[in-house]
Amino acid sequence: MTPALEVQDLGYELPGEAGGRGRTLVRGVSFAVGAGETLVLLGRSGSGKTTTLKLINRLLEPTAGEVRVAGERAADVPVTRLRRRIGYVIQEVGLFPHLTVERNVGLVPRLEAWPAARIAARVRELLGLVGLDPATFLARYPHQLSGGQRQRVGVARALAADPPLLLLDEPFGALDPITRVELQREFQALEGRLGKGMVFVTHDVREGLRLGTRIGLMDQGRLVFLGTADDFRRSDAPEARAFMAAA
Amino acid sequence: MNLWQFYSRNAHEVLGSVGQHVFLVAISTGVAIVIGMPLGILLTRRAGWRPAVLGLANVFQTIPSLALFGFLIPLPLIGGIGARTAIVALVVYALLPIVRNTYQGIVGLDPAVREAGRGMGMTDWQLLTQVELPLAFGVILAGVRVATVVGVGTATIAAAIGAGGLGVYIFRGVAVVDDTLILAGALPAALMALAADGLLGLAERRFAWRGR
Repeated sequence: MTPALEVQDLGYELPGEAGGRGRTLVRGVSFAVGAGETLVLLGRSGSGKTTTLKLINRLLEPTAGEVRVAGERAADVPVTRLRRRIGYVIQEVGLFPHLTVERNVGLVPRLEAWPAARIAARVRELLGLVGLDPATFLARYPHQLSGGQRQRVGVARALAADPPLLLLDEPFGALDPITRVELQREFQALEGRLGKGMVFVTHDVREGLRLGTRIGLMDQGRLVFLGTADDFRRSDAPEARAFMAAA
Repeated sequence: MNLWQFYSRNAHEVLGSVGQHVFLVAISTGVAIVIGMPLGILLTRRAGWRPAVLGLANVFQTIPSLALFGFLIPLPLIGGIGARTAIVALVVYALLPIVRNTYQGIVGLDPAVREAGRGMGMTDWQLLTQVELPLAFGVILAGVRVATVVGVGTATIAAAIGAGGLGVYIFRGVAVVDDTLILAGALPAALMALAADGLLGLAERRFAWRGR
């Protein structure tokens, strides 16, 4: 079966001044994520995790290497179509403040011109999936939700058009510790049921070990470790040891 | 003769002037919106044009209005005596606040919102019409409000080049040193400015999404 995501030798270099070479943010990153698998990209701030995510959905254009989503070369697909097939969850600011929960979740299906009845049914189904009662929440605006509720809506929105791949950029980063653990548990339960490929960026080791099928550790733009959570705990790579010590 | 006697004797003529005044302001603000909003949006997509366009609009703003009306008279097509010339000048004044607020309203949005829209696969047009313009609408409306209020005042000077409106009474009053006559033009103009300010301010608050 084709993996949900294959990344081969990915690199990104900032455009330099006057044609010179710029700073390299990501270099030689390769991995694959199968259906039902969650790869956690772990690393300190500025290690290139978020940049790697943006290279996958082409918010940044890779300067080296190749990305394949469900077998298809990302560079060959029109960029808007590519992004509609990749769910994208970012910290709470990603919800549109002028749209109700219903409109936020139904956004990509609406862009894809689904019939209204199918959108309405899909939005209700997804709110149920993330544990929000549709009758209570459909007509609310993001500012009327708690941080945890906003994040659930964000996950529901990313799943709306049933994409094979989900990118999550510190989705629980802005939550209080209790809500955070609660959402992590629910997310864990969802992972198995959804059968999607996921790339989950975080700098929280415990969160990473809890949610990841595999862990990828990034340092200065490189992927310095790739393996299961157990491999990571036992690893003697200095960067991995430093992270484990902080946990 | 006091103000009320003047109004009751000349009700028909005064109402006509009020109508002319509203017409001058409405048409010029409308045209300024039609030109200014796309121009402001263009500046958000072509950052390089920003200094030139905003600079030019700023320069126009500094020309004294009476002088601008005068400059326009000898020009072909847009010049001459009458309402058409006045509208051209009023559009020039209304342009800056509308262009500037359209640009600022969009550029000032949280970049994460724009990125979320792009990340979900919106085209630039969808991002503009479904996210940026609705969210910037309050700020754009504030620009329209400033343009309208300034327009009501500036339009009184349009009487100097025969465009009619409430300025007719003011100029007549100044010429014959008659306070009542000046007030007959100035009072409804002031009320009109207050009404425009109040109504557009109400609409603006209705559409302000930020800070909630």
